[in-house]
Amino acid sequence: MKILVCITHVPDTTARIAFTDNNTRFDKTGVQYIIGPYDDYALARAVELKEQLGGSITALNVGGSETEPTIRKALAIGADDAVRVDAEPTDSFFVANQIAHVARDGHYDLILMGRESIDYNGGQVHGMVGELLGIPSVSPVMTLIVEGQKVKMTREIEGGKEFVEADMPLVAGCQEPIAEWKIPNMRGIMSARTKPLHVVAPVSDEQRTHVGSYELLPPKAGVKLVDPNDMAGLVNLLKNEAKVI
Amino acid sequence: MATLVFLEIDEGSVKKSSFEAISYASAINAETTAVAFGDLSADDLAKIGKAGATKLLHVTDAPFAQPNSMAYASALAEAMEKTGADTLVLAKSSLGDAIAARTSVKLSASLISNVTSLPGEEGGFSVRKSIYTGKAFANTQSVTSRRVLTLRKNAALIREDGQTVAVEGFQPTVRDADFNVKVLSREKATGEILLPEADIVVSGGRGMKGPENWNLIEGLAQALGAATGCSKPVSDMDWRPHREHVGQTGLKVAPSLYIAVGISGAIQHLAGVNSSKYILVINKDPEAPFFKAADYGVVGDAFEVLPRLTEAVKAQLG
Ligand SMILES: Cc1cc2nc3c(=O)[nH]c(=O)nc-3n(C[C@H](O)[C@H](O)[C@H](O)COP(=O)(O)OP(=O)(O)OC[C@H]3O[C@@H](n4cnc5c(N)ncnc54)[C@H](O)[C@@H]3O)c2cc1C
Ligand SMILES: Nc1ncnc2c1ncn2[C@@H]1O[C@H](COP(=O)(O)O)[C@@H](O)[C@H]1O
Repeated sequence: MKILVCITHVPDTTARIAFTDNNTRFDKTGVQYIIGPYDDYALARAVELKEQLGGSITALNVGGSETEPTIRKALAIGADDAVRVDAEPTDSFFVANQIAHVARDGHYDLILMGRESIDYNGGQVHGMVGELLGIPSVSPVMTLIVEGQKVKMTREIEGGKEFVEADMPLVAGCQEPIAEWKIPNMRGIMSARTKPLHVVAPVSDEQRTHVGSYELLPPKAGVKLVDPNDMAGLVNLLKNEAKVI
Repeated sequence: MATLVFLEIDEGSVKKSSFEAISYASAINAETTAVAFGDLSADDLAKIGKAGATKLLHVTDAPFAQPNSMAYASALAEAMEKTGADTLVLAKSSLGDAIAARTSVKLSASLISNVTSLPGEEGGFSVRKSIYTGKAFANTQSVTSRRVLTLRKNAALIREDGQTVAVEGFQPTVRDADFNVKVLSREKATGEILLPEADIVVSGGRGMKGPENWNLIEGLAQALGAATGCSKPVSDMDWRPHREHVGQTGLKVAPSLYIAVGISGAIQHLAGVNSSKYILVINKDPEAPFFKAADYGVVGDAFEVLPRLTEAVKAQLG
């Protein structure tokens, strides 16, 4: 069983979001970076599958050298080796193209990703990689079990869930409760230092979108407090001032 | 050039977000073709025209009856070629996302997701998309001649002044490879207002103390015609199903009114709701961070406030 896990290097969920250079660049000052929370679920499930079925896990990130501590963390959690495609991940097609290239060379049975990255929130890369490789992509996946060449999954749909089955190879975009997040232990952290991390050049520079500028969400004007004994007054505000009910 | 819109059908009806997609597409170009898979009611057919579609490609072939992102992507790519459209518009959803990604690759088109605005007037095709879980926007330009857009809720108002839509049958090519993923079964709450589509959401947090108290949340939701949501600890403790959990690692909602009851307002929860038009917070702690993100607030005990609010809603809305 060969598993490829694609991880993002993203600002911590509590990070302050700000932009610099005339709102053309994300301000990295003081920002803590983590493995994308959904990618962490994908990695955790990969570790469980390897324990159960044997095989190997490769972690993959498309990013500059600053992402290496995040990649080392994936190695500490349980990936056997890692690949970093040395390029800024500026466009989801660009990223998908790099991932598809690595995946083609490695002949993986399963390609696990997060349901979405928490910086660009596209939920796009898995579908694109599936299409580029001509294999199925399923997302968001809440449970995933392997039975021979088949993978059985629960997929969340609006208002419920769907039970699906597909042959490997395939791409899955993972979310909870697929596995419990794994915290690296001391042995993992020590061994991560010597596990191979291959840096490769991007295969293509084709990009299909370009971000001109960024904007922050405008701040709220301030809360209007209503006396808990005056719920008729509150309903009146919602109805006649906000006009939302 | 012309636009194409994917219509998502849920429990036999076209989703509201798909009507938004039609009106959005028709604002880019009046020559808007909608594509629907499966049966349509006469009522929906009329609404498709009113929302701004001039033509409907209707697929009724059996292989396309079940939602299938791979088969739908192939069919939509074929429809793009057939109509000569240069822009495909879909409402963002778990189905829409997968179709959009695969179709964009088939068409060598750009893909912009979470779009919140119509393209700007200045040169090139540039739209605003929501990023960093609703905390910011990126003005994003498409650098290819064709593009695929997924819309966030409320990206466009639904028009009602359109004409009758011309219906044409469409038999897409059936490709075996698109049927690799077999749906074994489906579990779905029926008759419920879908949380991602809801105009009003009433959400409960750990302050509700336990699942036995959810009748208070449901009572208010029912009086308002709202969907119910919850914070992550609430779904982690199985007080509520996982699909109701709102936030950074849950659902992102953008209703007109979000009512948060007994939720502290952690940054990861706010990430899922900060695109709401209005936020009402009910919390007994005046220092709860949620009040900073709110438009209206009630400092009080949910167990006293909720029944009163529900009564007041019933009294004024009848
Ligand atoms: C990586 C990561 C991702 C996360 N993702 C999410 C996410 O997607 N969604 C999410 O919600 N959380 C998420 N969290 C968790 C988040 O940080 C908070 O822990 C969580 O939102 C708190 O839930 P809560 O407000 O219901 O509970 P609490 O923080 O315990 O707040 C309960 C609130 O209820 C009030 N209260 C108590 N009793 C009453 C009463 N009788 N009447 C009125 N008010 C009362 C209290 O004053 C308090 O403000 C995430 C955390 C991490 C680390
Ligand atoms: N730069 C990247 N490097 C590696 N994997 C990525 C990268 N960007 C996105 N992915 C993967 O694709 C998933 C979906 O990302 P997105 O389409 O951006 O929401 C993520 O959860 C990751 O698993």
